Amino acid sequence: MSDPAPRNPDAPGVAVGTMPDSGSRARGDGIHAGLAPGLASGELLFVIDQSRCIGCRACVEGCGECGTHRGTSLIHLDEVDRSTSTQTVPMVCMHCTDPTCAEVCPADAIKQNEDGVVQSSLKPRCIGCENCIQACPFGVPKYMAEIDQMMKCDMCYDRTSEGTAPMCASVCPSDALWFGTRAEFEEHRGRQLLNDWNFGNQTVTTKVAVVVDDAGPGPLDVLLGREPGFQWQDDPFGLEGR
Amino acid sequence: MATFPVTEQALVDRYGPHLNRTPPGGWNADSTDIDKQVRTHCCFCGQQCSLYLKVKDNQVVGFEPDYDFPFNEGRLCPKGIKRYLQGDHPDRLLDPLERDPDAPGGFRPVSWDHALDRTVSEIRRIQAEHGPDAFAMLSGVSLTNEKSYLVGKFARLALGTANLDYNGRLCMVSAGAGNMASLGMDRASNSWADIPQAGVVWIAGANVAECAPITTSYIWRARDNGAKLIVSDPRVHPLARTADIFLGLKPGTDSALFGTVLHILVERDWLDHDFIEAHTQGFDAAVEAVADYTVQWGSQVTGVPAGRIMAAAELWGTSDTGMLLHARGIEHHTKGVDNVKSAINLGLATGKFGRPGCGVTTITGQGNGQGGREHGHKCDQLPGNRKITDPAARAYIAEVWGCDESEIPGAGITAQEIVEAIHRGEIKGLLSICFNPAVSLPDTTYTREALAKLEYYGAIDFFLNETAYQADIVLAGSLHEEDEGTSTSAEGRVIKINQAIDPPGNARKDWKILLDIAQRLGRGQYFTYDTTEEIFEELRVASKGGKADYYGITWQRIEDEQGVFWPCPEIGHPGTPRLYEGGTFAFPDGRARFNPVAYREPAEVVDDNYPVWLTTGRVVSQYLSGTQTRRIGPLVDQYPEPLCEIHPTLAGELNIRDGDRVEVTSRRGSMQLPAKVVTTIRPDTVFIPFHWAGDKAANQLTNRALDPISKIPEYKVSAVSVRRVGAGEATTDRRDLNIDPNAPASTDLRRF
Repeated sequence: MSDPAPRNPDAPGVAVGTMPDSGSRARGDGIHAGLAPGLASGELLFVIDQSRCIGCRACVEGCGECGTHRGTSLIHLDEVDRSTSTQTVPMVCMHCTDPTCAEVCPADAIKQNEDGVVQSSLKPRCIGCENCIQACPFGVPKYMAEIDQMMKCDMCYDRTSEGTAPMCASVCPSDALWFGTRAEFEEHRGRQLLNDWNFGNQTVTTKVAVVVDDAGPGPLDVLLGREPGFQWQDDPFGLEGR
Repeated sequence: MATFPVTEQALVDRYGPHLNRTPPGGWNADSTDIDKQVRTHCCFCGQQCSLYLKVKDNQVVGFEPDYDFPFNEGRLCPKGIKRYLQGDHPDRLLDPLERDPDAPGGFRPVSWDHALDRTVSEIRRIQAEHGPDAFAMLSGVSLTNEKSYLVGKFARLALGTANLDYNGRLCMVSAGAGNMASLGMDRASNSWADIPQAGVVWIAGANVAECAPITTSYIWRARDNGAKLIVSDPRVHPLARTADIFLGLKPGTDSALFGTVLHILVERDWLDHDFIEAHTQGFDAAVEAVADYTVQWGSQVTGVPAGRIMAAAELWGTSDTGMLLHARGIEHHTKGVDNVKSAINLGLATGKFGRPGCGVTTITGQGNGQGGREHGHKCDQLPGNRKITDPAARAYIAEVWGCDESEIPGAGITAQEIVEAIHRGEIKGLLSICFNPAVSLPDTTYTREALAKLEYYGAIDFFLNETAYQADIVLAGSLHEEDEGTSTSAEGRVIKINQAIDPPGNARKDWKILLDIAQRLGRGQYFTYDTTEEIFEELRVASKGGKADYYGITWQRIEDEQGVFWPCPEIGHPGTPRLYEGGTFAFPDGRARFNPVAYREPAEVVDDNYPVWLTTGRVVSQYLSGTQTRRIGPLVDQYPEPLCEIHPTLAGELNIRDGDRVEVTSRRGSMQLPAKVVTTIRPDTVFIPFHWAGDKAANQLTNRALDPISKIPEYKVSAVSVRRVGAGEATTDRRDLNIDPNAPASTDLRRF
């Protein structure tokens, strides 16, 4: 199985040996300073690091507390294969530069605002056809049968538009979901970020970036995996050879 | 008193747990239309994350992250996020109750006067007939420092009983005893700010991702800085998945693993000789105790491949800095104290104390598990973590309390021992607060039998917990958000809990209930507080000069400085985030103690009749006995009932498939539950989480065997048999799969 845990901390791109002055990382300092325009410029980053996800569902519970869709959680959190691993994968909207969901919408119900945030469908327009759900390369939009409408992550626009971090990235205990300034990320995390993707013949660029250990040049080809070597995770209890 | 006043089902129908899923006013209410936001901390685990509670019309209607508190910087786990749904709850007790088999649900509301008078008359009758110690008190460390201190004083001066103990007996006491014996005081060796500075982090018996979720971020920060991660555990828990070295040991073999590593450190000379020479004593005896613990022996006992033990020893021994963090996984044993001592030995042997990124520390589990174990809450303790048997301590505390020294009883017995004394008929009366032993003590059948023998049982709680089913009087107390005070986090940071709302209905603040009882017992002169801050001011003085010295800490300082780390002996003292700086330990000679630890087996070992190891623990969405979290809908949805984790190899031998109902049987009892077939647990071990009551309680199976020093029960090791009893639905989580629900679970069907 493919377990995206960080197995090789010595891989290129891993910062080694820098000591923080304390446990505090001045988290969100830039956000409080009212840098909402940073969302458009790319100065403010939303980062997903699946390898850090601990499956606690704080993001799921927090998402439902977001003011624009209180009571409804729009985030995805999947177990990859619980029979063999505790790996879980959180998924927010990647906020594509050219959103496929909007391109395929026959009702022109999905809008992207000036910050590049792709919003939920507009209620008066959405016809509940689920084209967007079929087309999204990341599987993000959700069809809400009870209101016959598509809803999706809008990066907590009620919060980010006022310079506050989205709820999921605020609460995430393990920084698998993270929101802050690019400088902050580079200073403390220092790993590679990826936001160009190939899905077969489709190339997608996203506002949200994903942390990778060794991306290589160019977009990541999602459909071609890499062959992992032997890791203890393949035999956690040393049963083979006993 | 006897068994339940009505059927268990009738109790559940009336008092829950029912599930609250909606904030007051509903989801469509304007979440910005609030009266105030109150900065406080989470009411659950020892991380004590800061957050804001949103309040409208004396109800908590939501939360907001607190980005500015340095420990969690906004982070919360799902319990902290949904905690506010415990308010405005249909199960909330709004009046005192008296047992009445004819009333719906088995209890009828009564006046406070009646409830308190009955309680006091029963205390007086039982103590007159059977002596003062025949009335016991059980408490808990979800209580603030002020309440913990007050309970200790109340039991000694108002009840006049020696027999007070607390639910920390099920949690931190092995760490406490090990810390005292090896380091001279009982507190986390470091603030968590040291974790990111460690070159190697060893997580031993701690499901950090689920039980201390925010600590995960500190470990990631360490890894960002290049740290290596070692995990020793019978399960590949969510954090273990990412370890550099995973030591998947058999339950109950932690001290064999640590002893083997000490043996290797000596053999390879991966030692800090200067540190050992200058700052410790007892090294030779500790080495002598592990003389035979070769890596081959260690591998055989623990079941961990020898190469991995060697690699872990090399990493720990050759890294300049390192922290070992442990929790209940090594502490819930009949040798819990030994396990802690043997872990500390590894820190002392390599000089990993008193410097940045160095320490061996427990991750305290309960909300106020640190502060609640310091100020007289324990059966043998007076405030400041003083010994109740120490004449000087008794004289000092008697002076602070304004009583005669002879009025302070001697040492009492521990929580499990109190229940056993009840079972033997020696203790006849009980008052409990913040403790649900019918769920949380081992061997629940035995606990129920004991409770049924009480002549009087009074319970203080905000919900009718399962133990209180057997109560004569239930006193409706207060939630965390309905009172103020301080708490001491796992780091040793004293923080401020602020009141958001008033108790609803006729419910009262816990401390005022205790004051009412004391008054009616004719002991009101010792309990003249008007505010909880007055209690803290007395606690400060009572702790002065003790091991846990809070004298320099004030509520104002806590607010101004984002918490203060004890020891803080003077107002001008900055507090002490990192202990043992410069290798100075809390013994008169300043030297830490190596303690020799010889490996011994668990109290119960597998045999032909009970061939499988059982270990128990928590899940991220539930907290302790679930009195609060089993009433919060979204948390219950996350993990609705206990599952039995079992490895496919063992499952195959027993013809068990994922989701099948299995019966797990020990010498104490038997329970049925669904199997969760996973390769993330040892093939000779099954795991069941313990948060549920009645026929879903894992503690129906566990063993009452106690550590001889800490008196902690051996929750982590029992011998059981497992058999399939029927088919069931697969346990695979499909909540978020927009794919064919009938397709087989396989990674290649997923979106990623």
